[in-house]
Amino acid sequence: MSDAQGKGILQVKDVSLELGGKLILDRLNIDFWSGHIHAVVGQNGAGKSTLANTIMGLSGYRHHSGDIIFEGETIKGLSVDQRARRGITLAWQEPARFEGLKVSALLFAAMRGKDRDRAAGALEQVGLEPAAYLDRAADKTLSGGERKRIELASILAMRPKVVLLDEPDSGIDVDALEHIFSAMRSLKGQGTTVIVITHSPTVLKQSEHAFLICCGKLIYKGGTAEISRYFENTCGPCDHKGAPTLKELT
Amino acid sequence: MSDILPADVLASSGIDPHDVLTDDVARLVVHENKVLGSHLVPGLSVDVEETASGIDAAITVKAGTVVARPVHMCFGVLPEEGLQEILLRINVQDGAKVSILAHCTFPNALKVVHRMNADIHVGKNAEYAYFERHVHGDRGGVTVLPKAAVRVDEGGRFRTEFELIKGRVGRMDIDYETTCLKEAVMEMIARISGSGGDVINISESGRLAGENSRGVLKSYIAVRGHAQAHVKNTLVAEAAYARGHVDCKEIVQDDAVATAVPIVEVRNPKAFVTHEAAIGSVDSRQLETLMSRGLNEEDATELIISGLLS
Ligand SMILES: Nc1ncnc2c1ncn2[C@@H]1O[C@H](COP(=O)(O)OP(=O)(O)O)[C@@H](O)[C@H]1O
Ligand SMILES: [Mg+2]
Repeated sequence: MSDAQGKGILQVKDVSLELGGKLILDRLNIDFWSGHIHAVVGQNGAGKSTLANTIMGLSGYRHHSGDIIFEGETIKGLSVDQRARRGITLAWQEPARFEGLKVSALLFAAMRGKDRDRAAGALEQVGLEPAAYLDRAADKTLSGGERKRIELASILAMRPKVVLLDEPDSGIDVDALEHIFSAMRSLKGQGTTVIVITHSPTVLKQSEHAFLICCGKLIYKGGTAEISRYFENTCGPCDHKGAPTLKELT
Repeated sequence: MSDILPADVLASSGIDPHDVLTDDVARLVVHENKVLGSHLVPGLSVDVEETASGIDAAITVKAGTVVARPVHMCFGVLPEEGLQEILLRINVQDGAKVSILAHCTFPNALKVVHRMNADIHVGKNAEYAYFERHVHGDRGGVTVLPKAAVRVDEGGRFRTEFELIKGRVGRMDIDYETTCLKEAVMEMIARISGSGGDVINISESGRLAGENSRGVLKSYIAVRGHAQAHVKNTLVAEAAYARGHVDCKEIVQDDAVATAVPIVEVRNPKAFVTHEAAIGSVDSRQLETLMSRGLNEEDATELIISGLLS
């Protein structure tokens, strides 16, 4: 990456991971720079969610080789909550449903306090009316899109140092997409490093830098415009068998 | 026990006596077999007799009466040992509406038995909602034996909710039976948290005997330590367009054991009953979501369980 101002905050170093006897992440090396919006882009099945889950340290993703460095220290041995308390969090592609818990309880949990105004502010930032949502149950009565936006609100309320957003547009209707994008900019505005995982060219364009992965390998890294062009023109028709080797676009 | 005041019993159950000891709130406060206080509102009559081991109360809400504020009932045994047998005969006459908020408090129990026998009649188009909260101490020395037989007449509504999430359960056997006539609606809910060597047995049965009647049985239970929970819920639909659902969710931790036996029976081809049971540890996706926001595993688990029991 050619950004001289940004400073490395999170490094994926030579990370490989096998799942079900298959190599899903293949010697990945990625540096994420503080305060930027990065995209990790690739076709379905490329290994993007696996990478996010591995960085978060979810169960089933802890046995990787290589290392993950956050603010200069390895986090490889840390549990999910320890990583979260260091400042890393993840928004799932398919957020959980919480039986019996209110939306406000989820926001309070994320911000480790019961500041209703701050919780309301976070909901507003994702385009949800606080009065209508704070006391609603965060269960199956919410649509998938509402759950995505509430999860994003809880992350805004949490104010993490790094957030992994896994397919933030999935289940979101076109009208609400702009709220997701503005929330990404708000996160950046509050100093959070954003890593957006996507296979959507539209979402990719919201980023400043991008990493293209295919078959668990890093194929390209560089500015969003170049990666977008490559992704749309080359990945689209490609059967992504026999991934090419890394080239760097500057 | 003449030195125990109504306010003591109320306070031990977590109620602010000032909220209840007012003129517009009907109440009945019982310690062991003594009525410490009672207060009525128009349309509500309470006929209480003290027995050797408890009370025998007939509660009637006159036809068409709507009791605006919930009636408070408080049953307690404050010493370490005791027996309390409550006999309730409740008659909510046609078109009447009432809700009861009952607290049962045994904060110091080592050897307390609390038996409740309720015979409940909900009249035509009448509404009766009963909420019972138990507040137990942490020594587990309570045996709670609530039993109820309920009949809901045409168009009537009955809802009962049992909550025991503070303190140790001890031993509990819930045995409720409800029959719904035409277009009647019933809902029976239990939310219980068990720990230590607690034993929880729930047997709820509903009979949807009338056309278009509806019924739901819900049991939400969390057990840890060596606690055991056994839930047997039965819903029988006998009439056309009767609809019912049985839902049981149990979270099991440590060496605890939970079982669920939902029995659904349909005796009319136009009736429809469903059931759902989920037993297991805390959902890992929910847990990891909360942990990825910084909660440790214990706090995350507690929050999820509090949701289940809320
Ligand atoms: N637990 C697993 N066991 C075996 N294979 C898995 C597992 N999880 C994911 N995979 C496989 O790994 C590949 C990458 O999956 P994923 O990271 O979800 O892709 P993406 O998010 O890029 O669409 C896919 O081929 C998928 O089938
Ligand atoms: Mg994915």
